[in-house]
Amino acid sequence: MIHSLNADQQAVLARQLAGHDGSRSQGMTLSRRDFLRSSGGAGLALAFAWLPAGRASAASPLDGMAASVSAPFAPNAFVRVGPDNLVTIVCKHLEMGQGNTTGLTTLVADELDADWSLVRIEYAPSDAKIYNNTLYGAMQITGGSSTIANSFEQMRSAGATARAMLVTAAANAWNVPASEIKTSNSVLTHASGIRATYGQMAEAAGRLAVPKDVTLKQPSQFTLIGKQKATPRVDSTSKCNGTALYTIDVKLPGLLTAVIALPPSFHARVISFDSAEALRVAGVTDVVQVPEGIAVVGKGMWAALKGRRALKVQWDESASASVNSDNVLTQYRSQARNPGTSFVRPADGQMTPDTAVKTIAATYEFPFLAHATMEPMNCVVWLRDGILETWSAHQFTTLDHTLAAKAANLPMDKVRLHTLVSGGSFGRRANFVSDSTVAAVNIAVAIKGRAPVRLQFTREDDTGAGMYRPMYVHAVKVGLDATGKLAGWQHTIVGQSIFAGTVLGSFVIKDGIDAMSVEGVFPSQYAIPQMMGQLHSTDLPIPPLWWRSVGNSHSAFVMETMIDELAAAAGEDAVAFRLALLGNNRRVAGVLKLVAEKAGWGKSREPGIEQGIAVHQCFGTSVAQVADVSMKDGKVRVHRVVCAVDCGVAVNPDVIRAQMEGGIGFAMSALYYGEIEIEAGRAVQRNFDRYRVLRIYEMPKVEVHIVSSNAAPTGVGEPGVPPLAPAVANAMARLGVPRVRRLPLARAGLVAL
Amino acid sequence: MTIRLKVNGETREFNGDPDTPLLWVIRDDLGLTGTKYGCGIAQCGACTVHVDGVPLRSCSSPVAAMPGRAITTIEGLSSPVAKAVQKAWIELDVAQCGYCQSGQIMSAVALLEKKPKLSDRDIDLAMAGNICRCATYQRIRAAIHLASKRLASGDPP
Repeated sequence: MIHSLNADQQAVLARQLAGHDGSRSQGMTLSRRDFLRSSGGAGLALAFAWLPAGRASAASPLDGMAASVSAPFAPNAFVRVGPDNLVTIVCKHLEMGQGNTTGLTTLVADELDADWSLVRIEYAPSDAKIYNNTLYGAMQITGGSSTIANSFEQMRSAGATARAMLVTAAANAWNVPASEIKTSNSVLTHASGIRATYGQMAEAAGRLAVPKDVTLKQPSQFTLIGKQKATPRVDSTSKCNGTALYTIDVKLPGLLTAVIALPPSFHARVISFDSAEALRVAGVTDVVQVPEGIAVVGKGMWAALKGRRALKVQWDESASASVNSDNVLTQYRSQARNPGTSFVRPADGQMTPDTAVKTIAATYEFPFLAHATMEPMNCVVWLRDGILETWSAHQFTTLDHTLAAKAANLPMDKVRLHTLVSGGSFGRRANFVSDSTVAAVNIAVAIKGRAPVRLQFTREDDTGAGMYRPMYVHAVKVGLDATGKLAGWQHTIVGQSIFAGTVLGSFVIKDGIDAMSVEGVFPSQYAIPQMMGQLHSTDLPIPPLWWRSVGNSHSAFVMETMIDELAAAAGEDAVAFRLALLGNNRRVAGVLKLVAEKAGWGKSREPGIEQGIAVHQCFGTSVAQVADVSMKDGKVRVHRVVCAVDCGVAVNPDVIRAQMEGGIGFAMSALYYGEIEIEAGRAVQRNFDRYRVLRIYEMPKVEVHIVSSNAAPTGVGEPGVPPLAPAVANAMARLGVPRVRRLPLARAGLVAL
Repeated sequence: MTIRLKVNGETREFNGDPDTPLLWVIRDDLGLTGTKYGCGIAQCGACTVHVDGVPLRSCSSPVAAMPGRAITTIEGLSSPVAKAVQKAWIELDVAQCGYCQSGQIMSAVALLEKKPKLSDRDIDLAMAGNICRCATYQRIRAAIHLASKRLASGDPP
């Protein structure tokens, strides 16, 4: 996802987003500290909180435990303390499984010295003035592995402010200096023996002025951040007893269920439809045309599905009838041989004569990939009395809000979003058209708000709807000189730009280059001399989208398998060769050395097992992996993956481990099986029978080692993904398997099916 | 036609299409939403419930086949084995997005009820039908072993 925006970009973006509903906008940048001051200056007319900041009752309390909704003490928009001694943390980011609600809670609770067992969470309402992602300017959005990175100071400051006010309140009440008061586990104490819980002091603290500056802890003072076992996930219990509330679980009076007869091929248009049979199905209440297709609405999912089956729709499929992924690949291969738009070239005057004595050339081919979240896309909306409410796993909150308002033809302050926990996303829930949100609103408008309605995609709808990790081809030619050093690197990339034509396009695309199309190749973690890179951004009627690790999902495979081949060609050890190219990139070198040590790199192994290594830095985080691999009857098996990660301060070590484990398993699905083929404009794979994903018997043992660091924290949701495929491929090469340059491996018959 | 169901020990009535998959009856008619929809074709296991103690993909089982059989959903888990499994799941923070975990837990409980002492291979066979896109498989395996160990040692759940 986008990595950061400067002030000018933020302002332009704010205007663009606001322009969706014509509301006024003054481009304005807020500093991190500004968020903690509730009267934060001129408003950016992007969103308007329905309720006072910090008092919005967004989602249901998590884990079935009531949070303090009538807290007397709410010093800022992120934390409240109730008379019941419960602390409520308001999470501005979407929990998709990556553990960020636990992380945000940890940041506040540590500075607040709160008792972990007395902390509750709720989701923030949509309000980009207060709850924006501070790395992305004016947008409230979760993505780019940025939750902890953008919230680290903000949430700690929120906690520290609350603590300071509780201490002042106690000092006043007890008539002792504030400096003599200690806080721990939600209790204030004084050496004289007086004590009070936070709940007891909440009301008095709530009457105080909010201090302008608070001192944050030094890392040595942390009690929760970085501590093993100190911060069990806040969402485990509800996710193990069936009470966690997902979009598919929302209950409202008279709630109807809708499914849409979606275009069978990309951009197909409805010529006509006959709803007579569908309307005869018991339980079907409405059949309505919406921009997305023909919606069948009924009492419950089964009625809606049966209705859709009975519906007759005639489609004009000419828009994409000629699109076949095989043809696209042929075209990409051809384009890869031709000059494109330059994204990197040696500076003028630095061109040196070609000293290559050995050349390796390879073309790499990557398929379309679906996110295949366990919870298919959905959204619940209720349109009544000129007010629109939505319940969904809102990830691109600001855009969902803006586009929902536009679809309902309502001002944004009449639209209220309730964010719910998400059954996965991997990027899918955040997209430039807010697809499930807008479609649900369109249905609600079409039935004139007669009842609340849940739009539910089936698995087939979800997998067939596009928004794929785009197909990519890389053509690479690298020379080695007589001493085994890199002599020149030519790299041509072909594929769809994710950002072209979107509201964010102008921020990410510069001089015809979408930075997400080339990331991982340029900039590279390696000091590569004489690099020439060219890009062909292609145009297809298949909507592309970011997919867990975005461009790194293909670029790391290319770079890390090519580097391995070069090391072998130069007769050097794969780790030593990389270290020589990493130059001053200490953190990448650090994880590489750590993983080599922990995995026993270069030491003897069981017969039949070879190791492969890969390292990749993205989203500011460095990850190295060693895969222990064997081949049996021509089929690959990954026995163990050792992983080293440097993400700066490790806020929740166990969450980091979980994300590495999960990223590795997610990457293995793509390496083994992941591929959406397109025939006549239609996705061939639409359910888990043909769009196969990793199962438990294929999961290797994973060991994670976290580099101890006091550097600013960076993300872990995505960076565990890119190194896995090249590490496994490099091990397979050592086992004598010819290099596979077209993924997935199943296509080459290398996976036991 | 009225279909009488025994769900989580209670008798419930369903008046509707007998072809309706048990999943949608449980979710939409009985309001028990812990059981999830994932694929509709018995490929992912998110909809797993117990029918007479055996794990069943409720998305592909018509409600007409259910009268007289004891249906248990995640909400109705109460056995010592179930408590041990849920406790182990929470202790190891298995869940990430959590959407598949009801089904994972239902499969794991049925496995441990039948086979208290088990191997990795037993787990692979019994859990192969449950997909987790967050790939929490390593912790699922560890949690099943932990629950098994606890049950064998007689620790109270």
